[in-house]
Amino acid sequence: MIEIRFHGRGGQGAVTSAELLARAAIDEGKYAQAFPSFGPERRGAPVMSYTRISDRPIKTREKVYHPDIAVVLDPTILKIVDVTDGLKPGGLVIVNTNKSKEALAAETGIKARLAVVDATKIAMESMGLPITNTVMLGAVVKVANLVKAESLIEPLKERFGKIFEKNYTAYKRAFDEVVS
Amino acid sequence: MAKRVGMEVSLGVSEAVKVADVDVIAAYPITPQTHIVEHLAELVANGELDAEFIPVESEHSAMSSCVGSSATGARTYTATSSQGLALMHEILYIVPALRLPVVMTVANRALSGPINIWNDHSDIMSERDIGWIQTFAENGQEAFDLSVHAFRVAEDHSVLLPVIVNLDGFTLTHVVEPFEILDKAEVAKYLPPYKPLQRLDPEHPITMGAVGIPEVYTEAKKQYEDALVRSKSVVIQAWKEFGDLFGRYYHPVETYKTEGAETLLLTMGSVSETAMTAIDRMREAGKKVGLVRFRLWRPFPFEEFFEAVKGVKTLAVMDRAMSPGGPCGPVAAEVRAALYDQPTRPKVFSFVAGLGGRDVQVSDFEEIVSRAEKYAEKGAPATYDLIGVREI
Repeated sequence: MIEIRFHGRGGQGAVTSAELLARAAIDEGKYAQAFPSFGPERRGAPVMSYTRISDRPIKTREKVYHPDIAVVLDPTILKIVDVTDGLKPGGLVIVNTNKSKEALAAETGIKARLAVVDATKIAMESMGLPITNTVMLGAVVKVANLVKAESLIEPLKERFGKIFEKNYTAYKRAFDEVVS
Repeated sequence: MAKRVGMEVSLGVSEAVKVADVDVIAAYPITPQTHIVEHLAELVANGELDAEFIPVESEHSAMSSCVGSSATGARTYTATSSQGLALMHEILYIVPALRLPVVMTVANRALSGPINIWNDHSDIMSERDIGWIQTFAENGQEAFDLSVHAFRVAEDHSVLLPVIVNLDGFTLTHVVEPFEILDKAEVAKYLPPYKPLQRLDPEHPITMGAVGIPEVYTEAKKQYEDALVRSKSVVIQAWKEFGDLFGRYYHPVETYKTEGAETLLLTMGSVSETAMTAIDRMREAGKKVGLVRFRLWRPFPFEEFFEAVKGVKTLAVMDRAMSPGGPCGPVAAEVRAALYDQPTRPKVFSFVAGLGGRDVQVSDFEEIVSRAEKYAEKGAPATYDLIGVREI
């Protein structure tokens, strides 16, 4: 079982990221759970959401305390939240940043494996909005290899309807541009 | 055709209500039930569900509207949570007394204060004696299936009682997970259209809700209590038929790895899955431990429960609500009372955990079992243990 923790700010779509990833895994016949860190949602406040993916039925409803992967939708989160908290040994941190892996590691002191993508830039260029949820999914799907890239197409279509194309373009760009 | 979906459990409940083809929904939104009624409002608005959605001004009005609607013979549904359920309180007793088959989802949540929107069972444990049939779901599949089952049981002419399906707020309602949803044609094979035995009809006037003077009140109470007790056989039969049609079988008391167990954990609701993982781990470590869960809470499944705990030395009951100043958690109190007259019975220890959204972890169950085993040998120091409470 793989456990993923998404870090974002309220309104950036961290919950949607977790859900879409789970939906893609379920559509592939796998088992998955997605859930938010339950509470009053406040736009701009740091939020977390979680996805579990497994080949077998998932028999736990604990929060995720030891993720395999931490995904950071908003680089400003790094200053106020320890995104590596509880990360499993050998775990991976995927960050939205315009910095290189080396510069980010030096700046934040993160010793875990890093992958970086400038998701805000991609989101602005593709959608005109700094909403990075689908962009970061492109990076996650490429780097973590949990679901097939095309398995996100249906969940994205269903969620975004008329603005699917823009989201899918952003998703694909992140898939191609993420550096790990 | 049944199809496997990845869906938020709340929406799964709405879909179940849709395929059950309800006539009237009267509901007031409250966290964490909100997504269920929002989605139903959408389904009604976009024409997918041909029903009347009554947007009432409070839960008191919601349940009152359900009484009126069901009395006219309409298949009637509502959902609520916590303070909303509490606000319904005085009407809740009236529904079974009038023998109205209203179905309600309760997204279980703590009662204030302090103000808390998160999951525990204090809302529903405050409503044990309202005379409704009550079931508990552990996951999205069960939330869907038990919702369909609820209408079937409620409307059976030998039952005609309202049903509550409990599912944990947030830890179940807000989780996206895989489950199978049935379509309307499949459900129609299981759930025939509602034919009321009696209904309010201006052409054929009858009185419902007359005063029960002292000369008849006791008899009226006795009659509907008898109906509630008798309903167990219909509940069981309807689960069997559900299983025969759709392949998923349910029982009033469910067990997990109870073979040869000396100690049993007892849980209700979504923590049961976490408890299973704890049982797996403890079994691997050589402990003779298993799990028993109440799926049917009202009517209390005495025989099935006695059978499940037969030969067991220690029973550790996990409550999700407190009974301040009382002997123990509410479920533990009932279990102790039920076992009192049994010739042999396990020692029962009461644990309260997971209050107001406090996460319940695998390690909590390991702790509960280890304490219960110790208390069985040396005696318990208190009426109940509050698990995970920080010293202040």
